[in-house]
Amino acid sequence: MNFRPTIVAFLCNWCAYTGADLAGTSRLKYAPNIRIIRIMCSGRIDPTFVLKAFQQGADGVLICGCHPGDCHYQEGNYKCLRRFKLLQKYIAQMGIEKERLQLEWISASEGKQFSELVNNMTKTMLTLGPSKIKSSLEVEYIK
Amino acid sequence: MPLDTITSKPKLKLAIYWGAACGGCCVSVLDTHEKLLDIVAAADPVFWPIAMDIKYKDVEDMPDQSIDLTLFNGAVRNSENKRMAQVLRKKSKILVAYGACAYMGGIPGLANFFTKEEIFRRAYEESESTLNPEKIRPVPEYEVPEGKLEIPVFFNDVLPLNKVVDVDYYIPGCPPQSERLIEVFTAIVTGAALPPKGSVVGALEKTNCDECKRKKTDNKKVKKFYRLWEIQDDKETCFLEQGVICMGPATRGGCGVRCVEGNSPCRGCYGPPAACSDPGAKMMSAIGTMIDADKPEEIDEIIESIVDPAGLFYRFSLPGSILGRKLS
Ligand code: SF4
Ligand code: SF4
Ligand code: FES
Repeated sequence: MNFRPTIVAFLCNWCAYTGADLAGTSRLKYAPNIRIIRIMCSGRIDPTFVLKAFQQGADGVLICGCHPGDCHYQEGNYKCLRRFKLLQKYIAQMGIEKERLQLEWISASEGKQFSELVNNMTKTMLTLGPSKIKSSLEVEYIK
Repeated sequence: MPLDTITSKPKLKLAIYWGAACGGCCVSVLDTHEKLLDIVAAADPVFWPIAMDIKYKDVEDMPDQSIDLTLFNGAVRNSENKRMAQVLRKKSKILVAYGACAYMGGIPGLANFFTKEEIFRRAYEESESTLNPEKIRPVPEYEVPEGKLEIPVFFNDVLPLNKVVDVDYYIPGCPPQSERLIEVFTAIVTGAALPPKGSVVGALEKTNCDECKRKKTDNKKVKKFYRLWEIQDDKETCFLEQGVICMGPATRGGCGVRCVEGNSPCRGCYGPPAACSDPGAKMMSAIGTMIDADKPEEIDEIIESIVDPAGLFYRFSLPGSILGRKLS
């Protein structure tokens, strides 16, 4: 089988992205399936971003921010956590496996944890198989 | 210019059609009351199934672009709706998606939580009032001695109008406020400069919250969500602050916040405000800010009290939302 999952990852600038950067500068090898989008804070993630990523063919969406209490903007990651939990309840109702949307806290020093996270999530996506969201929107009788 | 001063102009040709609809949109046109007389003074209805007997064939025989304005209400649920959408697109200069169903799928769009198979099984086999031991299902074509009988093909999905044809304008609402229709109609009749193609007309750019008269604070904090019957509404504080889900923050203004004025939370029939494509995403964003807890377990508990977020946030807009339907 040659299914290569695509995971869209939203990483906050201050901790998670720096952590991912550390994975790179430490030359840690991890699955190449991730497409990283850097944002200032996990609190900036509008649920629209997540839904659009799925709509356009992402097999999984990963959100990473600073650990609780460490957000550069105090509260952003708590907002993110609440929105994430709402999104999880919503996507489950829409028939989408909850594992396709994951949230993890990654500090600037957690390069190793980041690489393991990406590897694990990639494995999970391989077990789940390709997301059907995009194809479900391409109905044959359109226009 | 008031409508009655323009009746000397050549009359517009007007069509009003329903796809998968309840009939409420057609009634909202009649709800213009005596203004309806002005409408028919300025425009000749050439096709309006609820009010006049004209066959599809007659519409197909009309020259292309000969209808000035078509108000298409209802969603596209079957092959008949789609065919008429295509015919009316060809025959009309301006095609308006009129009402929540044509705009975003509306209430019939809630069927996108199910597949065609699930709907047919429920309707023709399982429903309490069905007696169908042979499990007969409708088929689009059937041979009888007299010839072939045909009925429309039922699609797996409910679609908003713009998924099957180009749409010029959208008038939201379930149904649209009749006053808004008059305004839009007057603009078209008087030849006022029309907004760019694809605009939502007959509504505001702002949200219902911007228009709402209830008392509200910027920093809403909610510990538990309630359904309306579980609390005693104080009739003056913002519903969300009382813990009742109100779609105001994710809904385009224009109706006059009429449900809240009637002490019922907004259900979102006007669709998302400008610069937002998905009312549910907007609602999840807003509620995420209000939930008064930081610990995962406490957050879970509060979210637990939001019964059926998908149905609640996308009550009028599931087919037009980003995900569009439940996966099967
Ligand atoms: S949430 Fe509802 S009740 Fe509160 S301000 Fe907005 S429209 Fe009014
Ligand atoms: S308050 Fe909300 S549900 Fe009621 S008419 Fe206005 S937009 Fe529609
Ligand atoms: S800055 Fe990292 S989560 Fe807010």
